[in-house]
Amino acid sequence: MDVSALTIKQAKDFLETKGGSSEALVSACLKRIEDQNENLNAVLDVSQTALDEARAIDKKRANGESLGVLAGIPILVKDNILVQGWENKACSQILEGHRSAYNATAIQRLKDAGAILIGRTNMDEFGMGSSTENSHFGPTKNPWDTKKIPGGSSGGSAAAVAAGFAPVALGSDTGGSIRQPSSMCGTVGFKPTYGRVSRYGLMALTSSFDTIGPITRTVEDAALVMQVMEGKDPKDGTSVEIPETTIPQLMDPSLEGLTIGIPKEYFLDGMDEEIRRLVMNSVSVLEAAGAKTVEISMPHTTYALATYYVLLFCEASSNLGRYDGLRFGYHSSGKNLFDTYLQTRGEGFGPEVKRRIMLGSYGLSAGYYDAYYRKALKVRTLIKRDFDEAFKHVDAIVTPTSPSIAWNLGEKFADPLTMYLSDIYTITANLATVPAVSIPCGFSQDLPVGMQLMGRPFDEHTLYRIGMAYQNATDWHTRTPNT
Amino acid sequence: MALSLEEVQKIAKLSRLSLTEEETETYKEQLGSILEYVQKLQEVNTDTVPELQNALDITNVFREDVVEACDPTVRQNALNNFSNRKDDLLEVPAVFEGRTE
Repeated sequence: MDVSALTIKQAKDFLETKGGSSEALVSACLKRIEDQNENLNAVLDVSQTALDEARAIDKKRANGESLGVLAGIPILVKDNILVQGWENKACSQILEGHRSAYNATAIQRLKDAGAILIGRTNMDEFGMGSSTENSHFGPTKNPWDTKKIPGGSSGGSAAAVAAGFAPVALGSDTGGSIRQPSSMCGTVGFKPTYGRVSRYGLMALTSSFDTIGPITRTVEDAALVMQVMEGKDPKDGTSVEIPETTIPQLMDPSLEGLTIGIPKEYFLDGMDEEIRRLVMNSVSVLEAAGAKTVEISMPHTTYALATYYVLLFCEASSNLGRYDGLRFGYHSSGKNLFDTYLQTRGEGFGPEVKRRIMLGSYGLSAGYYDAYYRKALKVRTLIKRDFDEAFKHVDAIVTPTSPSIAWNLGEKFADPLTMYLSDIYTITANLATVPAVSIPCGFSQDLPVGMQLMGRPFDEHTLYRIGMAYQNATDWHTRTPNT
Repeated sequence: MALSLEEVQKIAKLSRLSLTEEETETYKEQLGSILEYVQKLQEVNTDTVPELQNALDITNVFREDVVEACDPTVRQNALNNFSNRKDDLLEVPAVFEGRTE
């Protein structure tokens, strides 16, 4: 069967009303990966038990047993989200030999809903990167042009969904790592409000910003996967109670009564004019559906990148302290404990990871802590206040997701700062902890462009509503690369 | 904002990372330019601004101070990851022996 453009909704229809089997669905996905992954390097490894699990679901369905809402649906998982027994490495050599001891809560909930986890996807090492070139296992190629990057750090997941390897792949987003690759690959990438989806089992990068979210073809599919994963988890002290919700309530295609803000700081002179045109065209689509638009100002936007990176370096350096080669992973013996640490970490971590750990250690060290880490935390308050102020007047904010379309492999690799600048539009949502989604909104030079919607904290439903209305009126999300 | 080689070596030691001479030189340049960029934050007046530690309005997420058993499979999986395992214990080099720093 042709799964190259399959949505979860279509897959469910195939299984639930057309008598299709999960075995056929999973087989088709695995076959597609077998045929095309060598060209893309999006998937690291496939599950040896996926077909058995699919058959088990088919049997339950035939027996009339009750099944979860994602029963039989194949899902790919980013390498930094733990699946018990899998060799999760966050694409780092320092986790060579590691086998995950337990399932992440988000994973357990997906399994309880009947989903079939079919494999691990490539990523920038420990989520550090915007191009998936920082992986220990080689870069992933953009399915729309294999000379280009797929974005990062969830580049493997985004490329896999774009290439039709599965209707959904999980990503993680700390500074745009779900949204930016989705923009580059023409998929929907959803970042929940911080605290909505448990972080238990997500290898920690920046504990104040990390989120798990779905990469799909449609906003409707993303909403379904979100519903399964979200909610308070006693194992994650930063997760919160979510009110009961049902998606059908959001099916109103009209956006009457909604006001959308266009922040001028995201549309400065000198930006890519094609991207500006495509995003503003999308705004017209939303207006045609009944939304009002207003220009807004978010004056501290210019400080967001510096704030984000200082906080990321500092928290990441602390989180990555656990990789010492003793309790898990790569081990390089030195003449004493100190040397063991130096060697294991010096040899096991890639260059971008080492760069960020050092910057973080510097920013947290005595004499610099106030000027870097504490200062950044204060500027973060100002950035959040920009959002609080904006949401007094608007229900959602529209911006481009990325300042550029996919660039060539190797092009920005040598200059870390240039790479960091590619995150300017996505990092504010992580700083302010608001939900955000990238939705395909057109093509420039035959490469996908994404528009970003940001909403009030815990108001994912407004984003679902706007996104679904947009996808009802456009067909960018139905395009597939010619692979 | 220029860093000296000594400063880079000191940071590497704090971070428990061994670096080659070549790496130290490369990082010296890259770290310097990145630190230069984040100096931008000094432009912002934050005299009366509090730090944003956690945007969620939650404090003191506690549970009862009672031992919760670990799932035996999870426990075995965790032990299996040890680099140097002796029965159910992890063997590590002595912390206070052979220290030169």
